[in-house]
Amino acid sequence: MKQTLMKKRSKMSAFDIAVYIVLGLLSLITFFPFYNVIIISFAKFEVISKFNLYLLPLSFDLTAYKVLMSDAKFWSSMFNSVLITVFGVLFSMTISVAGAYALSKKGMPGRNGMLTLILFTMFFNGGLIPFYLVVKALGLVNSMLVMIIPAGLSTFYLIIMKNYFGTLPESLEESAKLDGANDLYILLKIILPISAPFIATFGLFYAVERWNEWWYALIFISDSAKTPLQIYLRETLITSNGLLNTLAQQAADSDSSKVYTPALQMATIVVSSVPIIMVYPFLQKHFAKGILVGSIKG
Amino acid sequence: MRSGSSVGTTKKLWKTMLQYKYFYLMVLPVLIWYALFAYAPMYGVTLAFKTFDYSGGILGSPWIGFDHFQKIWSDADFHTAFKNTIIISLMKLLINFPVPILLAILLNEFSRKTAKRFFQTILTFPHFISWVVLAGIITIILSRDGVVNQVIMAFGFESIAPLTDKDSFRPLLYITHMWREVGWDSIIYLAALAGINPELYEAAEMDGANRFKRLQHIAWPGIKSTVAILLILHVGQLLTQGASFEQIFNLYSSPVYAVADVIDTYIYRTSFQIGGDFGYMTAAGLIKSVISVVLLITANTIVKRMGEEGLY
Repeated sequence: MKQTLMKKRSKMSAFDIAVYIVLGLLSLITFFPFYNVIIISFAKFEVISKFNLYLLPLSFDLTAYKVLMSDAKFWSSMFNSVLITVFGVLFSMTISVAGAYALSKKGMPGRNGMLTLILFTMFFNGGLIPFYLVVKALGLVNSMLVMIIPAGLSTFYLIIMKNYFGTLPESLEESAKLDGANDLYILLKIILPISAPFIATFGLFYAVERWNEWWYALIFISDSAKTPLQIYLRETLITSNGLLNTLAQQAADSDSSKVYTPALQMATIVVSSVPIIMVYPFLQKHFAKGILVGSIKG
Repeated sequence: MRSGSSVGTTKKLWKTMLQYKYFYLMVLPVLIWYALFAYAPMYGVTLAFKTFDYSGGILGSPWIGFDHFQKIWSDADFHTAFKNTIIISLMKLLINFPVPILLAILLNEFSRKTAKRFFQTILTFPHFISWVVLAGIITIILSRDGVVNQVIMAFGFESIAPLTDKDSFRPLLYITHMWREVGWDSIIYLAALAGINPELYEAAEMDGANRFKRLQHIAWPGIKSTVAILLILHVGQLLTQGASFEQIFNLYSSPVYAVADVIDTYIYRTSFQIGGDFGYMTAAGLIKSVISVVLLITANTIVKRMGEEGLY
């Protein structure tokens, strides 16, 4: 008996090692690009220009970050993104929590019709041009509200929240109702407090979406004073016509501080990702529990 | 008598609705949002049968029937975009749909929670980074003096430029999509696997079932219905999520348009950078939407035929 157990264990660990190797390699490939971004952002120009292969953090230099911080456009984009994120989350959470709570009430006449109309939009839409024209008619072109209101509702999140509210016991509400409280009061004073962790998670999901927002800005914002950080990043990283590259050139010309252009680009990525990295542990804690499961069946 | 009872039910319905008045108030903003940003544009697809006139907008533009569709039929650029959309979406479904299931099964094999957690933390992270940033990272590491070419050249090979190479651009799309989404997509299967009664595993082990047998008889039946629903969802959103605008638009450039331009990027470029007719562009978008709905219905029917519960 003991021997078979031992045998089994050794057999299992061989398999385990294989799984570890596969997942370890996968994780390494996944993580390596980010690692590369970080080490290059801190690389010293004189050091990195000597290397053909720069794989270890062999130098530490903040020039790239200093150049970035000296760019006024970076700060204004950052400010816009903070604004969009804060007001966006407030808007999104207010309408989704209220809507999801109401839609969780099975007895409400018309509920099924509403849900069907909402779910249908996941699979059929008018397409880019009609959407653009409607948003334009509403006067939202070149308005920062376009990144808050039309961008601000996710059917997917709404349905998950609805399912969650549906699992709360009705007895919670009944006693308050007997005391004469109305449904709005019950939502604010009873349902919200007990759902705080759940609601905070969705607030974070929306926050990440708003922080990463660029599509609405690409389509609807041409006034560069209103563009968010992601558009600034796009100009710096992809279209390469950002002001930042000019600043790098100036810094190089003046020779006071040579800066490696990729280092500057990488520094921009690092700084813009800091908020995401900060909330990531909280996001992970909750999605790991499988809060998304209820979402599958609406 | 009959009319009396109908008045009675109307009255009763009215009374119920009155009881729910605060809930209607709560759901109202959401309904207005869908009316404005989903249903008004849906009515806007009528533009596909109109010739767009700036002063008239969606409602005031004159009807022209099927002219746009006839023109699209012979539009070489649309053909390219259409073909690319189908190829890229199907390949992504083929590659990127099963891999998260496999990953979830592998992760689920860990008896130690910390290992599972560690791998999950790393593999899910890229999902939260925007395509703008990821595309920026990809562009830099694949550039001439980027780290990938540094490694390749250190081994004495020729440098590569997959972002501007027609043969490697699409595989790059599949790989980078997997980089961003494989961890995230596996979460839902992990949750389904976690819902399986552990006693089943214990009993199977007692009976001497090996890993493969346990996978076949416990894990797979446990997640089969989740796989079925997600397959329908993926197929329904195939042309939008598969041929993702966000990914392709941030990675492609003119040398690879022939293999990378999809319907969404084609509509964007033609409408906003070249100045194409909005009616014509709406027609192009409508073709995509209609195909998506057909795909959704087909997938749902097939899944139901196979004895699984469908989406509707």
